Amino acid sequence: MTETESVESFRLRARAWLAVNMPRLADVPPPASDEDDIGEWLRARELQKKLYDGGFAGICFPTEYGGLGLTPAHQRAFTDESDGYEMPLPLNLPTFAICAPTILDAGTEDQKRDRIGAAIRGDEVLCQFLSEPSGGSDLAGLITRADRDGDTWVLNGAKTWSTSAYAADWALCLARTNWDVPKHHGLTMFLMPTKAPGVTMNRVRMVNGSLEFCEEFFDDVVLPASAVVGEVDGGWAVASRQLFHERNAMGGGSPYVSGKRGHGGMSHVGPAAVAAALRRSGDPRVRELVGRGIALETVARQTSARVTRAIASGALPPTAASLLRLLHAEVSQLNDDLSLKIAGSSAGFGNAETPGVTGKAGVGFLMRQGGSLGGGSTEMSRNVISERLLGMPREAALDRDVPFKQVKRGR
Amino acid sequence: MELELSSDQKLFQTSARRLLEKEYPLDRVRGLKDGEPRWSRDWWRQGAELGWAATIVPEELGGGSVSGEGVRDLVLLAEELGTGVGPGPLLPVNVVLAGLVEAHGTGSDHTDTIEALVAGERVATWAVYEPGGEWNPLTPSLSASRDGDGYLLDGVKDRVQDADQADLLLVTAATPDGPAQFLVPAGTPGVTAAPQWSLDLSRTFNEVTFTGVRVGPDTLVGEPGATGPVERQLQIAAIVQCAEVCAVLERAFAMTVQWGFDRYSFGRPLASYQALKHRFADMRTWLEACHATTQAAAAAVQERAPEAATLVSVAKAFVGERSLLILQDCVQIHGGIGVTWEHDLHLFLRRATLDQALYGTPEDHRLRLADLATPDL
Repeated sequence: MTETESVESFRLRARAWLAVNMPRLADVPPPASDEDDIGEWLRARELQKKLYDGGFAGICFPTEYGGLGLTPAHQRAFTDESDGYEMPLPLNLPTFAICAPTILDAGTEDQKRDRIGAAIRGDEVLCQFLSEPSGGSDLAGLITRADRDGDTWVLNGAKTWSTSAYAADWALCLARTNWDVPKHHGLTMFLMPTKAPGVTMNRVRMVNGSLEFCEEFFDDVVLPASAVVGEVDGGWAVASRQLFHERNAMGGGSPYVSGKRGHGGMSHVGPAAVAAALRRSGDPRVRELVGRGIALETVARQTSARVTRAIASGALPPTAASLLRLLHAEVSQLNDDLSLKIAGSSAGFGNAETPGVTGKAGVGFLMRQGGSLGGGSTEMSRNVISERLLGMPREAALDRDVPFKQVKRGR
Repeated sequence: MELELSSDQKLFQTSARRLLEKEYPLDRVRGLKDGEPRWSRDWWRQGAELGWAATIVPEELGGGSVSGEGVRDLVLLAEELGTGVGPGPLLPVNVVLAGLVEAHGTGSDHTDTIEALVAGERVATWAVYEPGGEWNPLTPSLSASRDGDGYLLDGVKDRVQDADQADLLLVTAATPDGPAQFLVPAGTPGVTAAPQWSLDLSRTFNEVTFTGVRVGPDTLVGEPGATGPVERQLQIAAIVQCAEVCAVLERAFAMTVQWGFDRYSFGRPLASYQALKHRFADMRTWLEACHATTQAAAAAVQERAPEAATLVSVAKAFVGERSLLILQDCVQIHGGIGVTWEHDLHLFLRRATLDQALYGTPEDHRLRLADLATPDL
């Protein structure tokens, strides 16, 4: 094909194809349980294969790696048209929005062709091995080690908070390859098979029962030299691309996401739902709380639109995304607070043996801080806003410009 | 604050800034004496010549806006007013105009009044609150009983901005046919305006008593029982308030950030303390959110979008509440000087405090949001 298809023509073709080939959401039964969703992942791979066979997969990825090489406008058109159809949404994060674009930015030709191609065909799922149990906010201070052994690398250490790693085939894994330089300069990114010998993976159970996160332990995991993504000791640059793509995806700006995200999780319950379930919607005290939730949620949406626009036009620097991160954390906390308040003396109690709405309000409250922790704590966002946006002095860091082996660590 | 302005809008903004800065630098505002008029009719006429009372009035009624989006131009003006906590009847005149324009074509014809208000030849204000009463514009106690073919008004209004300098009062009243609004000349026998103390140094408010005030049927605005004009008036009032408070916050926050860099304790600037940096980060976030919600509400009101009422209440609830949090934090970070008369912060806090109180408190608007979300209850 020499000329790019117009967005309108693409949209009409997509509309016709979707109608014939993809299942309508209305006909799809809801997933059976929160506990084990591996069936959903298998389903997502099937759906992705359908998209690939129909010529609608990897819309913004280059053709040489299995994509369509089209523009974000084509992707938006497809996403619009796909509303109402069952789509392989689990593959959007982190596979298509974060991992594949990072490989595209920093990977070798082979890595791009093999990994991105397989993901677009629905054959493989990608995940990230970044955070560590010892780490928290200080990602670059990680201590998983990769030691050279002839032509191979040997990895030892532990990772955690890897989203949906249990469903993935390959991981982008950041490890320390040089302990004699400051922390950012001694890291290397690897592509690791999640089922490589020496990898032990457990699912982390959250207080609300969610099992979406995993932890991994590496005991002498051997990787070939070709597993390195980017430069040896240049892993921070690759990780920075990952973090960039993650922020972009969270702000709704990723061109690699296909399909509309559903609204809210199944287990989550909002203030209006609690009020309705308890027949308290008429109580002015309750209504004021419901109104408070509506106001902040709306403001957060409006602020997202404004800040995203401002970053795109250059009116605000990309670090302004931290404003949104902070505001969304506040929305999430407020919703859990309001649900609990409205539940009143029923908060945390269920109906017979099921949690019911008021029980769920209690469970939601247990996870109240989740939105202020995941993807970097709000304390880090506040540092970014005050230091990068307002230009205030940076926090003292005792590990700056110090060889990493000399940096003090907890145990 | 709009992200991008056209050159016409910038010119409009600059001309307004010049007129405000010339007449009302902050030191003059601080020095205004009790009872001294806050603004002159001549000054307001100059403002009207620059378009201050024209933005939301259609061209066929003598109005017009530089951008073609009058509500957004009004927001620009309100921001300029807020930056300098300026006086003047921008809010009351535009609110009355909003009602007259909304009701135009129903009931009596007020075209002449609209044109005179746009030109700055006349000044009008909204008499909607009643002593001790909360925001409840559709259930006034002030009564309008039938008197021949006209009405007899009896009752008291308060928190009426600039009533002592206004020619016309737009009065909400209970008629036998439902709530209505009357455009009453301030000099009508039986109308008396008395000063009412308020926190804001640069604005004047009055209590206005109506004792057996006889008005003709032509003073009615629209039809009794129609609620559209009052809703539009509320929307315009809230947008003006939110916009001026956004500008107040922008200025107070900038002052406080600068103070954070300039003020040293224990050998380091305040801005280097993480405990304070994190509060600055929260304030910066809320400030951006205040702008976002105000602009979104203004756009919805401009377009007469179905969600305009909701978005106005979202903005008023959020800006009303957060403005006070931000300003009090600015005071705290300034330390003792922040609560002195000589400092500028109190001028901003005064304006924001009254703005959150009038035309629906944040609580009122949160209740309204719940009402709008679940209309059946």
